Amino acid sequence: MAAEMIVDIEKTLGERFVLNTKFRMALNPAAVLILFGPSGSGKTTILRCLAGLESPERGRIIFGGDTWFDAESNQCIQPQQRQIGYTFQEYALFPTHTVAGNIGYGLGALSAAERTRRVDAVIGLLQLQGMEEIKPDRLSGGQQQRVALARAIARQPSILLLDEPLSALDVPTRVKLRGELRDLLRRLAIPSIVVTHDWEEALALGDEMVVLKDGKVLQQGTPQQIFNLPKDVEVAKIVGMETVIPGRIAHAANGLVTVEANGVKLLAVSQEAVGSDVFVCVRAEDVVLEPVGTGATSARNHLPAIVQDVISMGALVRVDLESGFPLSAIVTRSALEDLHLASGVKVVAAIKAGAVHLIPRSSNMPF
Amino acid sequence: MNWTAITVTFELATLTASILLFIGLPIAYWLTFSRWRWKFIIESVVALPLVLPPTVLGFYILVAIGPHSPFGRLYTDLVGHPLPFTFEGLLLASILYSLPFAVQPFASAFDQVDRRLLEASWTLGVSRIGTFFRLMLPLSAAGIVTGVVLSFAHTLGEFGVVLMVGGNIEGETRTVSIDIYDEVQSLNYAGAAKTALFLLVISYTVLLVVYAMNRKVWAVWPQK
Repeated sequence: MAAEMIVDIEKTLGERFVLNTKFRMALNPAAVLILFGPSGSGKTTILRCLAGLESPERGRIIFGGDTWFDAESNQCIQPQQRQIGYTFQEYALFPTHTVAGNIGYGLGALSAAERTRRVDAVIGLLQLQGMEEIKPDRLSGGQQQRVALARAIARQPSILLLDEPLSALDVPTRVKLRGELRDLLRRLAIPSIVVTHDWEEALALGDEMVVLKDGKVLQQGTPQQIFNLPKDVEVAKIVGMETVIPGRIAHAANGLVTVEANGVKLLAVSQEAVGSDVFVCVRAEDVVLEPVGTGATSARNHLPAIVQDVISMGALVRVDLESGFPLSAIVTRSALEDLHLASGVKVVAAIKAGAVHLIPRSSNMPF
Repeated sequence: MNWTAITVTFELATLTASILLFIGLPIAYWLTFSRWRWKFIIESVVALPLVLPPTVLGFYILVAIGPHSPFGRLYTDLVGHPLPFTFEGLLLASILYSLPFAVQPFASAFDQVDRRLLEASWTLGVSRIGTFFRLMLPLSAAGIVTGVVLSFAHTLGEFGVVLMVGGNIEGETRTVSIDIYDEVQSLNYAGAAKTALFLLVISYTVLLVVYAMNRKVWAVWPQK
């Protein structure tokens, strides 16, 4: 069995907020765990506890065979002794040191020759050649991000802790670096924990994902599992399920159910029993728009709808619809033009049965 | 001009500033980072010389180091002569008197250092003391120079404390400011004027250095 990281910590933040987080992570090489949640959910605090920059009040943190923190036996390993690579949201590069000085900063225990070799290797890996003698304030955001990563990996840490690694970058740089970061993490083969609130980042980087809210773990699984099958309404809202409406199962047969929501009948894949109350969740990406009067498609749900609003999202457009309940669709600009979508236009919203997620309502808070 | 007094004064100011650099840095570090809830008590003690009349401070120091205090007796037993009215006594008093002038700029410089930089250093395996020397000191350089120069300049001009603790012993505890007072008392205005001008020029130069160092942009004139 692979070594495991066990996190089970409690910490009071402010007057009401209590962080109470439990999760495990298999420390496979190249494993990437995403800590996902809205801002204020305690992601960064958890990462800081893992790094030893903050101490929980109760619980323990076990890393492989080592106890990093144990409140009961009053054990707390200092950040210096944890062999971690940590990157801060705004990078925290040392303004007094050059790029090479930043990268080699933590390599004081190595001989000068070995240190130079290591710094050169990392500079090559992150394509920072030619910037060795530059001070960080002369670098672009993307370059600063690379230096911060280079500095963190130069010590060959046993785990990387990355706090919102791409959030301080502009969108084009972020998209470019996202791909680079994924390749880098795979190549380094160092287990990593990445804090983010960006679902694209989570899907792109993560093998495993922990969804947090108010300092508590709501769900753990692969990003795909979580995005496509959020465990409950809270997770669905956090991971960005655009449509979440209450409904009731009207009919069930062969693993398919008909759910009634606001008088509209939808076919869904589910094992829920007839009569049970559910939340119906549909992601905007899963809604296809067709002109009225088109022939049959493989999608099982065809809802007549009226466009309420069209909101630009860069290359994509979000179309808000009224189809008996509010529904959103994400389409490309060309689709927008082809269908002449504008406020008041009538369309048909097609949704595959598999894309209609039903979440039992009894276990959840109504909203 | 009384060159003996000038020599004594500069010796005193140099020693005071140097010693304050060594004891001021740890005090400032502690004041900046301690989370002790009663920290303000120490902060107030350090700042006390800013508000107390020098004669009051001098009086208490005199009593504290005098032959009737335990500290004074111990010193006399160890060194062979009492501490008041000696250069060493004066040095001790100057250090206490100038303490806030060193500690406050140090502490405010430390306070302005981004905590995340220090934390980044710790996660890179560098100890707290290593981080202090490799990161904190270079990042606080301007504030540290300010503290050293201010404590130097403040010692140059001290009067009340010197008079209380040092007395007025030629070549030992007679400083420039006391010398000027003596000259005026004996109606030698010309002598007093010379020494006063000398002290003014030195003090002004010292402050010029401090303000120039803390000026991020050298351009004094608005750019066209």
